[in-house]
Amino acid sequence: MSRIAATFDRLNSEGRKALIPFVTAGDPRPDVTLPLMHALVAAGADVIELGMPFSDPMADGPAIQLANERALASGMTLRKTLDVVAEFRQTNRDTPVVLMGYLNPVEWMGYETFVGRAAEAGVDGLLMVDMPPEEGEGLVPYAKAAGLDLIYLVTPTTTHERFNAIVERASGWIYYVSLKGITGANTLNVDEVEQKLDWMRQHTDLPICVGFGISNGEIAARVAKVASGVIVGSALVRIVEAQQSQSADEISSQVSQLLGDMRSAMDRP
Amino acid sequence: MSNQNDNATDFHTFPDATGHFGPFGGRFASETLMDALDELSAMYTKLKDDPDFQAEFDKDLAHYVGRPSPLYFAERLTQKWGGADIYLKREDLNHTGAHKVNNTIGQALLAKYSGKPRVIAETGAGQHGVATATVAARLGLECVVYMGAEDVERQKLNVYRMRMLGATVIPVTSGTQTLKDAMNEAMRDWVTNVDNTYYIIGTVAGPHPYPTLVRDFNSVIGREARRQIQEQTGALPDALVACVGGGSNAIGLFWEFLNDRGVDIYGVEAGGHGLSGDEHAAPLSKGRPGVLHGNRTYIMADDDGQIMGTHSVSAGLDYPGVGPEHAWLKDSGRAQYVAATDEEALDAFRELTRVEGIMPALESSHAVAYAKKLAPELGKGKRIIVNLSGRGDKDIHTVAGIDGLTI
Repeated sequence: MSRIAATFDRLNSEGRKALIPFVTAGDPRPDVTLPLMHALVAAGADVIELGMPFSDPMADGPAIQLANERALASGMTLRKTLDVVAEFRQTNRDTPVVLMGYLNPVEWMGYETFVGRAAEAGVDGLLMVDMPPEEGEGLVPYAKAAGLDLIYLVTPTTTHERFNAIVERASGWIYYVSLKGITGANTLNVDEVEQKLDWMRQHTDLPICVGFGISNGEIAARVAKVASGVIVGSALVRIVEAQQSQSADEISSQVSQLLGDMRSAMDRP
Repeated sequence: MSNQNDNATDFHTFPDATGHFGPFGGRFASETLMDALDELSAMYTKLKDDPDFQAEFDKDLAHYVGRPSPLYFAERLTQKWGGADIYLKREDLNHTGAHKVNNTIGQALLAKYSGKPRVIAETGAGQHGVATATVAARLGLECVVYMGAEDVERQKLNVYRMRMLGATVIPVTSGTQTLKDAMNEAMRDWVTNVDNTYYIIGTVAGPHPYPTLVRDFNSVIGREARRQIQEQTGALPDALVACVGGGSNAIGLFWEFLNDRGVDIYGVEAGGHGLSGDEHAAPLSKGRPGVLHGNRTYIMADDDGQIMGTHSVSAGLDYPGVGPEHAWLKDSGRAQYVAATDEEALDAFRELTRVEGIMPALESSHAVAYAKKLAPELGKGKRIIVNLSGRGDKDIHTVAGIDGLTI
C-alpha cells in the first residue's frame, strides 16, 4: 500500500480528515524548505504538497506566482527540490510528499530520469497541473512503474465523461478544485461543494480532497465535514511572503500557527 | 522523422482529432480550462464547414479588411539583388496594418456565435491587441487586453490606440513582464470568467484547438498568393519566406502550399544579437521540444527547464515558444527554419523602404532579410514570395531610437 493510501486509511479509522498544506519549494530561499516541512508536520499536516517552482505558473494566482518567482530568484531548481525531499525522508518516514507543478521542467530533465530520482528521494505522488489525463503518455508509465500516485484535478466544470476518464487513471486522491478560477481566489460555497462531492462519491472510492479558497480554520472545518481532506496553499504562501526576510525558524513558526489553527478547527467534534 | 517529406505525407491532414501535429501540439492545459476548450472545439468543428459562417467571414475579409491583399512584383528590389524574382504578399495593406486582423475577425465571429459578450486577448507589441480591440469595437463587445508592463511602457502609441477603441489595457507585472506573461494572465482571466468570456489568442500557439483555428483564419493569405502567382506568372513559386515568432503569418502563407513539394519553405526566426549567444528569440533554431502555454513545441528554456527571456528588435517576434505546426514542419523536413539578426532586419527595413517605397514592419523585415540571401542562391528566373506581414509605421520610434533620434 502506498504511503498516501496508508495515511488516508489511518485517518479514516480515526474519524479524522486530512490536512494538506502546500508550499513552494525554495520559497523564499532554498534553506527554508526543509525546516518548514518538518514544522508543517508538527503543526498537524497529514500530507505535504510541495510546489516545484516554474517560471510560468499559468493556473496560479498572484500569491503562488510570487512564491515561484522568489524561489527561482533564490536559485531553486527541480534537482534541489528533489534533494530537499530526500533530506526530509531521512528523518520522516511516514508523511507522504506530493510534488505539484508544471510539466516543462520535468520534461526537460526527462520523464524517466525525473521519476527515478523522485522515487529514490521518497516522493509519493505527482500532480502535474498542465498534464490532463489525455496527455499523460510520456510521464504516466514511468510513474506507475515506480509506484508514484498520480493525482488529478477535478473542477466544477469537469463533465461526467471527463470525470470517468480521470478516476480511471487517478490514484492517491482526487483533488477537487472548489471554484472556477486560479489559486488564491476567495469565494467558496460549501453547499455546492458538498453536492458535487456526493455525486463524485457515487463514482469513485478514492478520497476526495478540496482545495482553492480555503484560507482559515472556519472554512477548513466546514469543508472537512464534507470532504476527505482540505488543501491549503495561498493562505500559507502569503505568510511566507510577509515573513520572507525572517529566519527559517520564524517563517516556520508563523506558517505553523495558521496550519495549527486549521488543525484544531478541523478536529473539533 | 526527417524522411516524412515524401509525397506520401498529406500535410493537410494535420492535426489529428486531439490537436497533435506528430509529437507536437495537443492540450497541456489545467483541468480548469478543459471544458471551455472542448466547448470551443465543438463549436469550431461545427462552424468551419458551415457555409453561412464562411460567407460571413469572407464578406468581412472583403469589405472590412480589404482583401484580397495584392501580390506585388518588387521589380527594383529584384534588379538590385540580382537573383530570383521577389514577390511581396501585401498583408501590410490590411485594415489595422497587419495579417493579425484575419484571425481576430474570425475569432470575433466565434465569440459572437458563442454569445459571450466579453473578449480578452494577450499582446506583445500591441498589434494583436489593436486588431482585437478593433473587431470588439465593431461588434460592441467588451474588450480587455493583457500586456506586459514593460511592453506597455515601450509601446505607448498602441496602448493609446487600444484605449481609443474602447479596450481596457491591463499591464502585467509578473515574470518578465512581456508577451509570455501577458498570455499567462489572459489564461488566468479566462479560467475565472469563462462563462461570459471568449479568449482571442493572437498566434498559432496555445492549447488545441487554437493553433488550428488561428491557422485556418490566416490561411487565406496562402490561398490568395497561390492563385495570384499563377495568374501573374503561370506557375507556382520556387520558395516562400515568412518571419516566425508564434508563426501565424508564416503558417497562413505556407499552409496552402504544403503539399506542393516543389515549393521550398523558409521560416525566419529572430536572431537578435546572433544565435551564438542567448539574446535571440529562435526556439526552432536553438531550442528544444518542451511544453509551454498549452502545447508541446520547441521552446527556449534554461538548464532547469525555466522559460527564458528572449530578445529581438521586433517585439512581435519576442516569444520563447512557437506554434506546434512549425515544430512539426521542421522535424518532418517540409520547412526549413533560419534566422535573421536585428542588424540584418534593420538593414532590410531601410532597403525595402528606399528601393520600393514600402516600409515593412520590423517583424516582416526579418523575412525580407533572408530573401536577400536566398535570391542570388536561387538565381534569375526563379520566384520567391515574401510575406510582408505588417507595415512599419509602428516601428518608426524604434528605428529612430537606434539612429539616435527622439521623435
